[in-house]
Amino acid sequence: MIEFLLDGYSQAAPYMQLVQQVKQGLRTGLIEPGDQLPKVRDVAESLAINPNTVLKAYRHLEAEGLVEGRPGVGTFVRRTLAGPTLAGQAELRRELVAWLRRAHKAGLEEEDVVALIQTTMRATFRNDETREEIA
Amino acid sequence: MSMALEAHGLGKRYRRNWALRDCSLHLPAGRIAALVGPNGAGKSTLLNMAVGLLRPTEGTLRVLGQSPGGNRDLMDRIGFVAQDTPLYPDFTATELITMGAKLNRRWDTSLARERVERLGIPLDRRTGELSGGQRAQVALALALAKRPELLLLDEPVASLDPLARREFMQVLMGSVADGETTVLLSSHLLGDLERVCDYLIVLQAAHVQLLGGVDELVSEHKTLVGPRRERASIAGVSEIVRESHTDKQTTLLVRTDGPILDPAWSVHDVTLEDLVLAYLAYPAPGRAILGVAQ
Repeated sequence: MIEFLLDGYSQAAPYMQLVQQVKQGLRTGLIEPGDQLPKVRDVAESLAINPNTVLKAYRHLEAEGLVEGRPGVGTFVRRTLAGPTLAGQAELRRELVAWLRRAHKAGLEEEDVVALIQTTMRATFRNDETREEIA
Repeated sequence: MSMALEAHGLGKRYRRNWALRDCSLHLPAGRIAALVGPNGAGKSTLLNMAVGLLRPTEGTLRVLGQSPGGNRDLMDRIGFVAQDTPLYPDFTATELITMGAKLNRRWDTSLARERVERLGIPLDRRTGELSGGQRAQVALALALAKRPELLLLDEPVASLDPLARREFMQVLMGSVADGETTVLLSSHLLGDLERVCDYLIVLQAAHVQLLGGVDELVSEHKTLVGPRRERASIAGVSEIVRESHTDKQTTLLVRTDGPILDPAWSVHDVTLEDLVLAYLAYPAPGRAILGVAQ
């Protein structure tokens, strides 16, 4: 069972923070198909938030097919987000380590690497999105 | 959709002063509503009329579909915690629960005892000797013992320290999740209620300034920043709530009724707090009508 937290300084709406925490848990394998999410009442009480906020988060996850509500029982995880992403990570990580070593040899400091990755990431993903939109 | 509370042209006058005037509002059943406004805005007056302790001077008020004055059946269905959670200080929690059982037709004694015990509050100590937070919890347990359809709380956490505030809200939210209770809580600070409310009523100077579901209100309002421009009509804007100008720039907080397409304006989201502060700082007497029409 996971325990939810709310970040008072976050820009994200409370219900979205709950959604993201469930997804994070699914990605890292912390929660798996069949696991039960905390009861709405318990989340509302422990975080002192509106029960409707918790319901909204669970409905959002349900609409994405990640969880299912069983009336009178609770909300259960249907599928995981870990699968292919986790499997592909080892390979990608090896390539990244090799690349980082080359960057270091070429004289790049840690901050240079971070800046290069961030700008390249932004440019690449943005281009991909634009292409998808045109297609 | 059924309404837990509905007022039309509601007003209350004390001698010469109007504590509440032209108050038209509705609160859909099942919501947790914040009644926000500075001290003296009319919050307590509205709550006291809703529970039949005060009679309106003018206008109509329906609570759970009925008129509250001298209506015993209706009072069975309403829970009320008055400002500063008053309890008889010489009575213990057990005695207050017994008294509640004698005075109310609808009453769950074991539920009340269980709530008080679960919080570790001594049932046999005079409530005058309990801490402020514990007294507030006892008052809440008493109000919840009626299993009310509508629960009204007047500044329930104003006098509590931050830890007691949180504990009070935890118990309240947990209890609300168990049933279909509609809740109306008043506060002069939005911060106390921001995480719990999904409906908002802003009162200022005896008038309703803002009314509606929190999600709808937040998405309807935007901050616009652009080159300096004197008051002009902007497509997509239904009302300018607040405006400020420098020699080059104009900043507006607006209510929208469509997308803002004019590229001269950059459009930013607002927080609930921005919104409430803007309406409190720039009150307009005609606004109630806008809210009700939504």
